[in-house]
Amino acid sequence: MKRTLAILLANPLSLLGVVLVSLVVLSALFADFIAPFPEHRGAVVDFVNFNKAPEWPYIFGTDLVGRDMFSRILYAYRISLILGVVVLAIAVPIGVTIGLVAGYLGGRWEYALMRLTDVFLSVPPLVLAMSIMGVLQPTLANGMLAVTAMWWPWYTRLVYNITRGEKEEGYVLAAEVIGASRAHIIFREILPNCVPAIITKMTLDMGFVILIASSLSFLGLGVQPPTPDLGSMVADGAKYLPDSWWLTIFPGLAILVAVFGFNLIGDALRDILGAEQ
Amino acid sequence: MTAPILELAAVSKIFGTGADAVRAAQSISFAVNKGECLAIVGESGSGKSTVANMILGIYPPSGGEIRLNGTTLPASRKLEHRRAIQLVQQNPLSSLNPRRSIGASLRLALDVHGIGARKERADLVGGLLEEVGLPADFARRSPAALSGGQCQRVAIARALACQSEIVVLDEPTSALDVLVQARVLKLLNQLRETRNLTFVFITHDLSVVRNIASRIAVFEKGRMVELGQTEDLFANPAHSYTRRLISAVPVVTREEDALRSSLAAGLEETTK
Repeated sequence: MKRTLAILLANPLSLLGVVLVSLVVLSALFADFIAPFPEHRGAVVDFVNFNKAPEWPYIFGTDLVGRDMFSRILYAYRISLILGVVVLAIAVPIGVTIGLVAGYLGGRWEYALMRLTDVFLSVPPLVLAMSIMGVLQPTLANGMLAVTAMWWPWYTRLVYNITRGEKEEGYVLAAEVIGASRAHIIFREILPNCVPAIITKMTLDMGFVILIASSLSFLGLGVQPPTPDLGSMVADGAKYLPDSWWLTIFPGLAILVAVFGFNLIGDALRDILGAEQ
Repeated sequence: MTAPILELAAVSKIFGTGADAVRAAQSISFAVNKGECLAIVGESGSGKSTVANMILGIYPPSGGEIRLNGTTLPASRKLEHRRAIQLVQQNPLSSLNPRRSIGASLRLALDVHGIGARKERADLVGGLLEEVGLPADFARRSPAALSGGQCQRVAIARALACQSEIVVLDEPTSALDVLVQARVLKLLNQLRETRNLTFVFITHDLSVVRNIASRIAVFEKGRMVELGQTEDLFANPAHSYTRRLISAVPVVTREEDALRSSLAAGLEETTK
């Protein structure tokens, strides 16, 4: 763990990733203290200062009802990160367990579970999420549900493939000969050997979940106003390009910084931990 | 004459069905007495590993019976059967989980079979390590920090951990270099005597089992072609296949001897 961190900080690219992600996480955590206008995350109207180009104290400009863009982006980060953490916290255990069980037990279990996974994988992710959001109410909770539903199969695939290989290793045979339970072999013997790959994928996916959530909001299917969300901010601002460029550019850059940061760390972790993709 | 500890009666194994069926083992019958070391020798594909796997209960035989202390073993083994028959594998590095400590790997056998009180188990693990000639504090190490020979000693300790009676040794020395091989064989022989263990020693190399096995079974193409006392088999092989196997032995040793003496000569020169 220490060694991994040391290598992460030694490489300039992964160091940049660590800096960007720290920036995003810190600004989300301490938004209440950093934001110059914390009340602007809600339904506030200030027509005196509406649609202002960046200038002090509005360093990222103001939106069409006079709210500070910088403050709203900080709060939008908070929503994005919560969404990413919740989605992965639900999708990863489900996907990993199904992958382990299908890979280790084989036979009918493997057939049933992997075909189910294929059904989910065969639908383009955004289309699946859109149809779920279309049927349900477009709220944050349903957004998480929709993204989770399309995310777990990727973990199943990843873990299934590793498990198939690990199953042939001598230590699994040794545990079977001793008479260890299936649960022990799956979760205590095989799972620890999947962890590096899972952690790497989770880091990469934090970025992608933020991106997908933003795409959903961009389409009007995600977080609803007045809650600030990077995707909906880009969507609202796009109508006023290029004149009111700050409405689109800053939330867009904010998405880029978060996704880019997580991807840099994920790529570095993949190299360090020698994980398979 | 006591009853054999392990008995195979007309055991066969067929993989696949119809035209693709492979007869991996055909009507194998032999008995192993308590405290003896029976070697099963054959080339790859001779069915020796198939027989080993059936003894271990990794898969059930297609026909025939395997008896442990006179009772027929069921297709799905009970925990007490698993405890009695343990395994040492060929590849010591793969047989230990790289993400678990040596101590955790050994403790598994104690936990599964409820050997010793919970608090005592850490001491038992240390005792097992010392029994195979390793320091007790190796328990905290990961397998990556051990050499191949040390890993194999841990694997042997694991096979002893649940107080097994029979140990199936599946090419236990073929992944090790010659000098380590000799030491591991010596350790195995000592353990057999002190713990009154029974060994089923699977190998392709007759020279390895010449000094450790009391009897040798020769396998060819899924059949047992010969079974006899080690000295008799070497002195007077009945089957042509056995003769071929034996004739392969001196060639290898002669080459190895030549290699060893040239290495020793080279070492002496460099030290001078």
